[in-house]
Amino acid sequence: MAAAERQAVQASEETRPPILEIEDLVVEFHQGGKIVRAANHVSLTVRQGETVGIVGESGSGKSVLCRSILRLLPSPPSFVKNGRIKFAGRDLLELPESEMQKIRGADIAMVFQNPMNALNPVWPIGDQITEGERVHRGLGARAAHGLAVELLKRVGIPSPDIRVDEYPHQWSGGMVQRAVIAMAIAGGPKLILADEPTTALDVTIQDQILALLMDLQEATGTTLILVSHDMAVVAETCDRVAVMYAGRIMELAPTAEVFARPRHPYSLGLLRSIPRIDGKGQRLEPIPGQPPSLSDLPPGCPFMPRCSFALPACGTAEISLREVAKDHFSACIKAADLVAVAT
Amino acid sequence: MNLITYIVSRLLQMIPVVIGVSLVAFLAIHLVPGDPVQLMMHGRATPETLQAAHAKLGLDQSLLIQYWHFITNAATGSLGTSIIQNADVGKIVGERLLPTVLLLVTSAVFAILIALPLSIIAARRSDQAADHAIRLVGIIGFAMPPFWVGIILMLFFGIYLDWFPISGYGRSFGDRMYHLVLPSLTVALFLAPILIQSLRAAILDVMTAEYITVARAKGLGPWRILIKHALRNALMPVTTILAVNIGWLLSGAVVVEYLFSFPGLGSLLVRAVGQRDYPVIQGLSLVFAILVLVVNLLADLSYMLIDRRVLKA
Amino acid sequence: MDHSNTLKLPLHRRLADEFRRWPVTLKVGAVILLTIVLAGVFAPWLVPYYPYSQDLNNTLQPPSLAHPFGTDNFGRDLLTRVLWGIRIDLPFGFLTTYVPMIYGVVLGSLAGYAGGFFDSVLMRVLDVVVAFPFLVLIIVIVAILGPGIFNIYLSIFLTAWTMYARLARAEMLVERNKDYILAARNLGYGPGRIVFRHALPNVMNSSIVFSMSDFVLNIMLVSGLSFLGLGVTPPTPEWGAMIAEGRDFIFEAWWISTLPGLALVITGTALCLIGDGLAQRLGERRHALI
Repeated sequence: MAAAERQAVQASEETRPPILEIEDLVVEFHQGGKIVRAANHVSLTVRQGETVGIVGESGSGKSVLCRSILRLLPSPPSFVKNGRIKFAGRDLLELPESEMQKIRGADIAMVFQNPMNALNPVWPIGDQITEGERVHRGLGARAAHGLAVELLKRVGIPSPDIRVDEYPHQWSGGMVQRAVIAMAIAGGPKLILADEPTTALDVTIQDQILALLMDLQEATGTTLILVSHDMAVVAETCDRVAVMYAGRIMELAPTAEVFARPRHPYSLGLLRSIPRIDGKGQRLEPIPGQPPSLSDLPPGCPFMPRCSFALPACGTAEISLREVAKDHFSACIKAADLVAVAT
Repeated sequence: MNLITYIVSRLLQMIPVVIGVSLVAFLAIHLVPGDPVQLMMHGRATPETLQAAHAKLGLDQSLLIQYWHFITNAATGSLGTSIIQNADVGKIVGERLLPTVLLLVTSAVFAILIALPLSIIAARRSDQAADHAIRLVGIIGFAMPPFWVGIILMLFFGIYLDWFPISGYGRSFGDRMYHLVLPSLTVALFLAPILIQSLRAAILDVMTAEYITVARAKGLGPWRILIKHALRNALMPVTTILAVNIGWLLSGAVVVEYLFSFPGLGSLLVRAVGQRDYPVIQGLSLVFAILVLVVNLLADLSYMLIDRRVLKA
Repeated sequence: MDHSNTLKLPLHRRLADEFRRWPVTLKVGAVILLTIVLAGVFAPWLVPYYPYSQDLNNTLQPPSLAHPFGTDNFGRDLLTRVLWGIRIDLPFGFLTTYVPMIYGVVLGSLAGYAGGFFDSVLMRVLDVVVAFPFLVLIIVIVAILGPGIFNIYLSIFLTAWTMYARLARAEMLVERNKDYILAARNLGYGPGRIVFRHALPNVMNSSIVFSMSDFVLNIMLVSGLSFLGLGVTPPTPEWGAMIAEGRDFIFEAWWISTLPGLALVITGTALCLIGDGLAQRLGERRHALI
């Protein structure tokens, strides 16, 4: 499996420097007198060239995490209450907006969930793909047009020299998502944030888009953070996985580790709720209950009400990631006992 | 759907409205209680002149034939004869059309120049002090009748400062523009509050769109996003609002033209009503309605040029 | 909040509760409007002059303590005339707004509910009426019928309902597919009962909000017509007519035109504030003239 191979390579390159270090990030939304904590003491380090998956149910804070890296969340209502986001040695949260603009699109780019809403309906596609480069590098109109054609070719759009001047409504969703990816790689970014890049697409198109992202990453050596609610997507593509729940990272480990030896009841639940092709009639087990309201979080572990392994101590315990095996972090106080259950 | 079929279908849609409008204009002269000619001549017409005038206006024929003549003549630009001015109505109205159109255009330009910056500020500072202040100014502006605003402008810029002429039209193009300043500013102040309100809402609406976030993720600055990505999209509903309100704009123009003794369609209408010059009233009502319909058509077409998705629907 | 509980409260408590929920614009607008109405009602007792009494020794006097708004070319006290003007402009605006609103909303919601031939005929009529600039249409009708306040009422009653019909029809098109209407239909209620008892209260809101702007425009309309010499005739103390009279003395007596206009602006602002507040209170989008 490609991911497993890559992981083997990864392991030998332990010494690769980190490109992104999120430390103890807290993001809150203040709405109508309520405070919603969408990211709750999140720490995550991403090394150069690796692919990190962030999985979780909708509302778990994965998109918020992604957007707060680029500081795209509108404030108000959102506020970063704590933490640092270090990128290439600089804390993004400390930068003035003008410096941040230079980083967006050029050093860190983003691929969005719904391609049909991601492009402005009144401008040609090619124009929008290279707009960032015209601003960042002062590219002229002709050079930009040429670059747009070249980028569309790289993401597999047929006859790009003609289609470059078309409008978003003339393209299918899958094609527009290719254009959005072209837009993301236009500036040769060091880090690409892909926020549910396949969720809004037909199943048959999803694999093509994932394969495209992987190919491009391999060719350019870019670092990729892939946000998804789908464990299967992450399994195919990522070196490491961070499982998020209620604004917290619950488990962080190499992909194969999470799938083979999950050390958090929530990860276990997620794994048991996805259908497996090789599973011989194994029953799917949905996780009982609903995610908690982020505006009214109880103390202790947020997963406790839905957890079948819960102890009284879970209600009071301080939740933080602890290394339970080599490179394997879990926020569960019973992480050590879970190995036996999972296997 | 391509461009041509779109335009053709849009024109076909207009036909019933044009028929209705022409019917209303045609009936204007026939619904007058009493004999219109007698009324025009203040009851002093002799039987002979009455008969001659009836023949001249075609009033001695059957209604159906009269209507047929009315629309076929109107199609060729002939709108009958004014007994009082003893001249062709088409010609009288034609001379007044250009000044009014010019007044509308300059008013719209002024209104946009006023409304655009204010609505941008209101949208960017939404629900803050600046936004509330602009909203209040808009409300007060909406409540100011154009003839009163015109008098205030006359008093201040025309009489006190003596910067601009307060009546007439001028001869050369530059002189005409000079004469247009105060009237068009008056009409613009009548229109601007409506524009500010709708533009502000449209900008706020567009700014929540995902492609605005995408534009920010590309590293574009706030002004570039506002002008290139938000304003163009926000202007589309505003084009419609401008077009829908063209009737109000023209209503304002009628009063303002009269106030500034501006030789346009509005002041002609007021004079014709005063003189009971029914053929002119009839012709003018038709021209006003056609003007509204044409502006609406142009707005639809420009909308289509800005947003090609219209063609797909 | 428990609904049955609120109903048990005495009326004055419920009114106080409602008033507390009013947005500030609604409160301010209502207070101004109430003041204007009271000033109009008690005008004869508020000022020592009579609006028609001339004082040819005191013509064109600038504002002073004795004449806060100055006097006109016949020496009539302008403040008095402005206050008496309330008795003309406000009832006019009220009637020309709310009479057409009643049958406009009824026609529009019936058309929206029933659809079909009636709806298409109504829509064509609307298209034609809307094709004329409103003031032009009114002027033409007044020209046909002849001048006079009665004919102005008639011409507005003939045309002004179209806006409300349009609004109500649009609302009804949305409303008629909602569950409560479908439920009423399943119970076998006739269209009349469904439209008037069930849907009408829900399609009214946008018309109520719009009526405030319409009120302003109608006051402007009568004063505009009087200004053009096609409406209320002198010496009636109508605001637009006063502004028109002052226009002849614009070089020597600025106050004759400007100060009566102020009455128009304050009244209009109060009505707009109420409209703004009502839009918030009723959760409606504010309509810009549609």
